Amino acid sequence: MHAEIRIQTDDFDMGHEWAACRKRCAGSAGAVVAFGGLVRDRAQDDSVRGLYLEHYPGMTESSIRKIVDQAATRWNLFDVVVIHRVGQLAPEDQIVLVLVASGHRANAFTACEFIMDYLKTDAVFWKKEARDGSDGWIQATAEDRQRRQSW
Amino acid sequence: MTTTATSVTTRVCVRFFASLREAVDREVVELALDESSIVGVRAKLAELLTNAQFEAIDAPGVQVCVNQTIVRGDVRLETGDEVAFLPPVTGG
Repeated sequence: MHAEIRIQTDDFDMGHEWAACRKRCAGSAGAVVAFGGLVRDRAQDDSVRGLYLEHYPGMTESSIRKIVDQAATRWNLFDVVVIHRVGQLAPEDQIVLVLVASGHRANAFTACEFIMDYLKTDAVFWKKEARDGSDGWIQATAEDRQRRQSW
Repeated sequence: MTTTATSVTTRVCVRFFASLREAVDREVVELALDESSIVGVRAKLAELLTNAQFEAIDAPGVQVCVNQTIVRGDVRLETGDEVAFLPPVTGG
């Protein structure tokens, strides 16, 4: 399985990543599922002006690697790409990309959702929202934890 | 041949992230430990930080890492080890 994990301040091009993934598993993959996470402009009825993402270089990559490895032991995957941005982001910006290629769509859909649910609770990132009311560090929600437990 | 007992101070680097970095108002500190363990790190930090700052790093949900691996309870430390205090994480 090809696995790629990138942490970067720069934006990413989903089309480019999709094409590269298709090329790597041309012929064998019957499905590629992509998830793109975006910065919202509202949270808890408050306007969000921006989002700052912090990480622990080295440990963050290995925490994502563990999630991807877990997914690969549960489903037959050909290709997984996780790109996660850090630094200062603005509403509408892309935060995260998860691409999963597999022989059939069911595995690709399920593994992509699994990886995203685990990213919410286990990946070593911290997010600080700049709101009109007040700035605050975000924690994984009860729903995030329930979704992770459901796996 | 005689051996002489020598006392070598263990020196570690301690890092704080996100809300904890803000709470303690520093990103990294170098500590010379009297006791070469996480307990020794906490003892030094209790001297260095205010009560409110120490409570922040001692709060439930804060995870301690040694060389980028989460540890629970007390572990021995060696010179050059990197200790980190992590508040609850969220990605995606």
